[in-house]
Amino acid sequence: MKYLKFLVIGIIFGIVMFKSEAASWFRIYEMFRFQSFHMYGIIGSAVSLGILGTWLIKKFKLKSIDGAPIQFTPKARSFSRYMFGGILFGLGWALAGSCPGPIYTLIGAGYLPILVTFLGALLGTYIYGLLRDKLPH
Amino acid sequence: MDWILEPWPWYVGGPMIAGVLFLLIFAGKRFGMSSNLETMCAIGGAGKRVDYFAFDWRAKRWNLVVVAGAVIGGFLAANFLSGDTAVDIAPETVTTLESMGFESAGEAYLPNELFATEAFTDPKALAILLIGGILIGFGARYAGGCTSGHAISGLSNLQLPSLIAVVGFFIGGLIMVHLLFPLIF
Repeated sequence: MKYLKFLVIGIIFGIVMFKSEAASWFRIYEMFRFQSFHMYGIIGSAVSLGILGTWLIKKFKLKSIDGAPIQFTPKARSFSRYMFGGILFGLGWALAGSCPGPIYTLIGAGYLPILVTFLGALLGTYIYGLLRDKLPH
Repeated sequence: MDWILEPWPWYVGGPMIAGVLFLLIFAGKRFGMSSNLETMCAIGGAGKRVDYFAFDWRAKRWNLVVVAGAVIGGFLAANFLSGDTAVDIAPETVTTLESMGFESAGEAYLPNELFATEAFTDPKALAILLIGGILIGFGARYAGGCTSGHAISGLSNLQLPSLIAVVGFFIGGLIMVHLLFPLIF
């Protein structure tokens, strides 16, 4: 039962990704052509509310449902890994037209060729594990 | 209730993504949709060959349950919560895509050229989907997160590393669409 809440959260996420069209290759292309506000509206409103909520959680020292204090771990300082990793990710995001969340959504929606992208993402993750010590971080 | 069957506008989708972020935070976890790929590699035995994957994946099972939910959510949305799924992209985007050979622009959810079942027998489509996936998987781990972990979670917590990563995402996306797409399509 402790996993049921994660299943429900995942289902909500999958529905939102599909219905908001954030899982559409066309929307990603349109975003990188700056020809619509749609994706910027989605990301911008999500981040604005995210900043507000995160600030409130810190200000009122809110606890999670199991009673533990909610802590936010700062991300490790670096430039190269975020910039180089980010650029490679962005190339893939625009080419396949999906990021990891929408890949799963599209598998469920029945667009089976996205399974090739999913296998590629697993392979890419494995290659990173292999090469990690040789990359600038 | 007809609005449910219509595409959801950004001011519904964006706030609901923030809702998912906070549901996970209050469940004691963090929002990130790419670390599950690492968990799957570990389950597949990658830890025997590569130390990076030698961790106890049992603690990450919740992550795979979220993934299962995202698959089910996609199924429900496409089959029960949608009327016409054609994405109403900007007219100038349709024109450009048609000139690149995407006949389905403005008439489908995804381009048929890449995502219809026939794509399985098209070597170019397969290469695009595979290389895109490799870049997504490799880039997400190298950058330590993807659109959810950096662009939503990280920016919400005002993390400079996440801002650098998001700038990187856009540099990569702009290079692909403006410089490489004319060579590919």
